[in-house]
Amino acid sequence: MSAETAPILQVDHLTMRFGGLIAINDLSFSARRKQITAIIGPNGAGKTTVFNCITGFYKPTEGMITLTHPGGEEYLLERLEDYEIASTAHIARTFQNIRLFSGMTVLENLLVAQHRVLNQASFFSLAGILGLGRYRKAEAEAIDFASYWLERMNLIDRADDAAGDLPYGAQRRLEIARAMCTKPVLLCLDEPAAGLNPRESAELNDTLRWVRDEHGLSILLIEHDMGVVMGISDHIVVLDYGSKISDGAPEFVRNDPAVIAAYLGVAEEAVEEVEAEVQL
Amino acid sequence: MAEAVGTAIGTRVGQDSLANSVRDAIIAGLIAFLLFVVILGLKTENAQEKLILIPRIGYAVTIAVVVAVGRLLLDVFVWRARASRAAAKPLLTTRSILWLLAISWAIGAYFFIVPGAREALATSASDLFGADEWRTRTRIAVDLFGYAFMGVFIVATAMVLMLVLRRTLAGIGIGTRDETQGVLSELSTQLAPALLAIALVLPFLVVGPQQRYAIDTAIQVLTYIMLGWGLNVVVGLAGLLDLGYVAFYAVGAYSFALISTTFGWSFWVCLPLAGMFAAAWGIMLGFPVLRLRGDYLAIVTLAFGEIIRIVLLNWYSLTNGPNGISRIPRVSFFGLSFDRNAEPSFYSVFGLEYDNIYRIVFMYYVILFLALLVNFVTNRLRRLPIGRAWEALREDEIACRSLGINTVITKLSAFAIGAMFGGFAGSFFATRQGFISPESFTFHESALVLAIVVLGGLGSQLGIVIAAVALIGSSEFFRDLEEYRMLIFGGSMVAIMIWKPRGLVSSRTPSVALKERKVISAELVKEGHG
Repeated sequence: MSAETAPILQVDHLTMRFGGLIAINDLSFSARRKQITAIIGPNGAGKTTVFNCITGFYKPTEGMITLTHPGGEEYLLERLEDYEIASTAHIARTFQNIRLFSGMTVLENLLVAQHRVLNQASFFSLAGILGLGRYRKAEAEAIDFASYWLERMNLIDRADDAAGDLPYGAQRRLEIARAMCTKPVLLCLDEPAAGLNPRESAELNDTLRWVRDEHGLSILLIEHDMGVVMGISDHIVVLDYGSKISDGAPEFVRNDPAVIAAYLGVAEEAVEEVEAEVQL
Repeated sequence: MAEAVGTAIGTRVGQDSLANSVRDAIIAGLIAFLLFVVILGLKTENAQEKLILIPRIGYAVTIAVVVAVGRLLLDVFVWRARASRAAAKPLLTTRSILWLLAISWAIGAYFFIVPGAREALATSASDLFGADEWRTRTRIAVDLFGYAFMGVFIVATAMVLMLVLRRTLAGIGIGTRDETQGVLSELSTQLAPALLAIALVLPFLVVGPQQRYAIDTAIQVLTYIMLGWGLNVVVGLAGLLDLGYVAFYAVGAYSFALISTTFGWSFWVCLPLAGMFAAAWGIMLGFPVLRLRGDYLAIVTLAFGEIIRIVLLNWYSLTNGPNGISRIPRVSFFGLSFDRNAEPSFYSVFGLEYDNIYRIVFMYYVILFLALLVNFVTNRLRRLPIGRAWEALREDEIACRSLGINTVITKLSAFAIGAMFGGFAGSFFATRQGFISPESFTFHESALVLAIVVLGGLGSQLGIVIAAVALIGSSEFFRDLEEYRMLIFGGSMVAIMIWKPRGLVSSRTPSVALKERKVISAELVKEGHG
């Protein structure tokens, strides 16, 4: 297995129970380096729960999640705190319902994302209070880095506007830019195309492809927009009722009868067959 | 032609509605009279084991008149103004404001300038109602009206100035609303340096017998500004609602008092120690409340404030209980005592006559320095990663965690820094008073400081200054009115919450900008919930 396609994220036997509800049932899959892996499935299939387990917002009931950095360091994500997953393991995420710092400017949003680097540069704010040059230099660098992503995401003209003032599509782009400012190795996007018009989602596709190819980033994606999913994914995992029902390349998944059944339902005969089986 | 018709209609409508207004006001007054004649107009009293009824028609009449006049004023100046604004014919024009100005000034001046006018009215009132107590009542009423007219006078003057300003701006070509607002916000950025300049020379502005009182009031206001700025870190920036802030004020004051009386160290040594103690208590409070949000956080911090006070009250061996700690060393001028009998003292070294005012002026500059230090540090922190993390925490805690910010450390640092500033203020309070007891650290103080922060506008340093001056200053200013000043206090708070629901300075200034710093409107800034 070449380094190019070695797994960056390995999920083994992940189970998440909320009381009596089994949100995820013994799920195993892997996401490969420099690939875009999509998780799809009908509403309530447990996609966002998988994300929350990976990014540490939920502690999984069972299972193991392993992240392997390009340097070879391994992180067992289920053992890390949520903020450590972002700061140490370098996984960044966006949210289904956009979570920006709406009262702060676009630029400030991106500087908050670089908190860790800046905080160290300011000696945990002590050097900063005294106004030492080291922090000023670090801040200038952080602003340059933020500008790079703002330009790339076509937000540079609105850098000094409040994030809450941006139109919806721009807010989605800003959330991705903010996630990228944490310099992640794996980017988890929770429905990035939700609420975008067709032109915007085509632009999103280009951006994600560019990020993958130019920055060698691995992306994990939840999406309902099949145009986006089929257009850019290298690998698709399909969930239904918390279990994996299909896993493979887009072509394979598109033609998988289990997937079609989950999305479109099954033919009348099939239902009768099952009913006969359970003697209804 | 059309214009003439318009004017004719306008006049007729004007007359009609004026007659209507008067009739309406009279009816309102009558209704009020009927309502209150039973409630207030009759009083039962136990006299010689039987109940007698004392008629107090005066009360009901007063209320009826107040209601009628109030309704008439509202009708003429607010409702009709609103209606005519809808019909694009402003009633609250420059001319009407000038009239209002003249009337209020005339009435105010009559009572304030003409000696004995108040007494004359009081006497005639007591004659009219046949009871001596009406004398005092009338005095208070006249004072209240006097202050109200003074308020109207100030507001009206400000409005005229604004109008003139707008006209002037429109005249020189920048008349659009946005640009006018831009100029106004420009003016408001000049406000802070202007206030600072006033603060620096304040002790020399007032001379004569009032000087000591004026400086004492200024010290009081500055102490609350400092407390407000400290609490602003916790509530305004980090969005953590703290109802027990007075606990840190108390810890600072008691730490200072105990250290300085036990070891005899100087003010400048005890001050940072007291700040550190308060910060440590801030962290200790922070730990248990980390998981709490919103109302629950508020309740627990409230309880914490009470716990501290009750411990101070009951830990007799350390704090001397309700008797408090006395003989706390006064502040010295870099080692030179301000005492009359000390040698060498401030007076002997500088060859001055003994006068307590030197000490008070020096204290004023000490608290001014401390407050400016707090302001400087807070402003610096806002531009540092930790300050941005506080604001981000207020905006969205979950997003913070997804970006690798340790919210535990962030919250604790906000509590610690806010508590440290409170501790500084407490130390100053202890050395200023020379005596502290748990009575000074009741919930009322927490509520007052929080009111200053909320009225000023969460997160705004300048707003807190204005709010502290308004709340503390006005309660000193209206001291003669005794318990009625709480009425003014409450009324002004309600008024501010109606007109400026997010505080006086509600907009947020960004901490960094790529090209230009644009002010962020209050609607976008969140208030925090945990």
